[in-house]
Amino acid sequence: MADYTYTLLIPLIPLFVFVLLGLTGHKMKPVVSGLIGTSGLGISAILAYATAFKYFWTGHAAGTAYTSIKAFEVSWLHLTDKLTIHLGVLIDPISVMMLVVITTVSLMVHIYSIGYMKGDPGFYRFFSFLSLFSFSMLGLILATNIFQMYIFWELVGVSSFLLIGYYYEKPSAVAASKKAFIVTRFADLGFLIGILMLSFNTGTFDFQTLTDPHGPAIATIGGAAFMGMSVLTWSLIFIFVGGAGKSAMFPFHIWLPDAMEGPTPVSALIHAATMVVAGVYLVARLFPVYALAAPDALHVIAWVGGFSSVFAAVIACTQTDIKRVLAFSTMSQIGYMMLALGVSGFGGEDGLGFMASNFHLFTHAMFKALLFLGAGAVIHAVHSNEITDMGGLRKHLPITHITFLIACVTIAGIPPFSGFFSKDEILAAAFHSNKFLFAIEYIVAGLTAFYMFRLYYGIFWGKNTHYHHTPHEAPLVMTIPLMILAFGSIFAGFLPFHNLVTSDGKGFESVIDLWIAIPSVLIGVIGIAIATVMYKKETAIPDKIAGTFKHLYTWAHRKFYMDEVYLFVTRKIIFRYISDPIAWFDRHIVDGTMNGIAGMTVWAAYSVKGLQSGKLQQYAFVFVGGTVILVLIFVYLV
Amino acid sequence: MIQNIPLSYYLVISTLMFFIGIYGFLTRRNLITMLMSVELILNSVNINFVAFNRYLYPQQLEGHFFMLIVIAVAAAEAAVAIAIIINIYRNFKSIDVENVDEMKY
Repeated sequence: MADYTYTLLIPLIPLFVFVLLGLTGHKMKPVVSGLIGTSGLGISAILAYATAFKYFWTGHAAGTAYTSIKAFEVSWLHLTDKLTIHLGVLIDPISVMMLVVITTVSLMVHIYSIGYMKGDPGFYRFFSFLSLFSFSMLGLILATNIFQMYIFWELVGVSSFLLIGYYYEKPSAVAASKKAFIVTRFADLGFLIGILMLSFNTGTFDFQTLTDPHGPAIATIGGAAFMGMSVLTWSLIFIFVGGAGKSAMFPFHIWLPDAMEGPTPVSALIHAATMVVAGVYLVARLFPVYALAAPDALHVIAWVGGFSSVFAAVIACTQTDIKRVLAFSTMSQIGYMMLALGVSGFGGEDGLGFMASNFHLFTHAMFKALLFLGAGAVIHAVHSNEITDMGGLRKHLPITHITFLIACVTIAGIPPFSGFFSKDEILAAAFHSNKFLFAIEYIVAGLTAFYMFRLYYGIFWGKNTHYHHTPHEAPLVMTIPLMILAFGSIFAGFLPFHNLVTSDGKGFESVIDLWIAIPSVLIGVIGIAIATVMYKKETAIPDKIAGTFKHLYTWAHRKFYMDEVYLFVTRKIIFRYISDPIAWFDRHIVDGTMNGIAGMTVWAAYSVKGLQSGKLQQYAFVFVGGTVILVLIFVYLV
Repeated sequence: MIQNIPLSYYLVISTLMFFIGIYGFLTRRNLITMLMSVELILNSVNINFVAFNRYLYPQQLEGHFFMLIVIAVAAAEAAVAIAIIINIYRNFKSIDVENVDEMKY
């Protein structure tokens, strides 16, 4: 068994950088803090690549399954003999894959931010928070047990809160950060309930024990049933609720569009490539339990994922803010990943969905981060987020244009870019499992191509709108990450995921099924074509279509009124009927009791105070009276 | 002839004096009058001592001795009390006990 203890450094270096920059960052020149943050991540990235190389290639004998290795574990809280919480590092195919993803994207975002955040007064604060986030996310994926994952889950939520609310003087940013934290925290309540149910019934938090096909979790299939599903299924559904909150699945998606209030590098790192896939990762981590013991939970996941992807795709077609379009695109793509997990079986070729989901996670991280960073370059040049303020930028921002185009083609699923391979695998897995879900995802693929190219044409083509000053291309420090990510988007598709990341660790043969590949490319091309016709030159077609489908357009543009529904439910129902009575009870009865006790004490004190009036004769009277009473007691009663 | 007066008569006298003295102490406004009431109380106690001594232990004189001590103490205490009253007069220009209530809450 090879020694992987050095992987402990991978999350700890960003933690150290966070503390360093947090405490001393204000004393250094901004650029220095940026370089410290970037180099810390750079070292973590190099270690991550070394780990991946060692785990997947050199340290592994061909033909055997990839095993999960506990590289490090320490007993953190020993509560009773049966309840101990450990902290540790777990090395297994998905965690190594995520190591590569997170460190790469984080490194690109760090380099990009040196240019993007230049001149901002809180420069060092930004980098310290980025390092905190990197630490939290790395700790989450390397967690050996579900409780450690929950700890880092919350830490990631905190980092997201800090980063979304980075521009803390803007009320909308503060509101957005609160919304994100509260919604994900609310979903985490479900997560916690699921953890407690799961660990109570199986007696362990540890992932290796839980996911062992012969272990206690999977053996409790015959547990007590509630409403037709076993306790295990219910606990896994609750755990998925937590994942759904973090991954912005319906109905917990409301925080994601608002989270775009944060700086664009934050959106690229957290809300596109890494944090939002934490829910997918959670399900993938517990996948053997889901697949072998609770297939009903997988149905729920598949349908939630499918619905979210189509919901988000429809909304994205009508949005005009670049980052909102990309946010809904993220929600839609994560829906794909959840759906792929939901339709997957376990073991060998049945595990195609699992492999496809992780493959799509990998490629999506690359191209979505690229899209967001490119959008950031555009926003940096034009100083506005709205498509209506942009147009004809392909002449002014050549590198951004090319990389953005590459990312759009990738997400549309055109071969030989990476998006085609991963999306095709997902569609194949869906086709073999549930034809209706396949049909939904097929349509969503077309919609994806459509709205991405609508965005692309809106930014880079069209008439030259009047710009206050000519937009200039972003500096090299911002375009180099774009180029690196573009390179990844193009070539990541050729990685042999079917040998590396599978549901049971063994590789399987995967061929491209042409009956699925050709239609999926076709729908992508059709989507691009429709978008080209409608948006390449500014025409009246979009307005005419919006006019014909007025209701659908309004509903989609207003995000199906989900925010209004939430506000109605919280303000009119929860606040009025639940919170207000409880607040009344707290103010008048709980506080009233305390105030009453204090009042009684004060009354007693005032009464006794009267005894000390300073009047000599009153003192004497009390003295004589007391003596008389005592005498009476002792003579007559005792 | 003295033996024909029962003990209880003396005790009644001294009790009456005691409570008159207490009444005077508690209700009079003039400090000197209060001092006089205190003397009444002390003297009533003296009568008690002597009466008991004479009727219960005629051959011994401890009661008489203690009464002498009480008289001496009463005299000393009266001297101190007069000194205090003089000081109060110097501060308040009156010897009304209602003025002496500043050491309070």
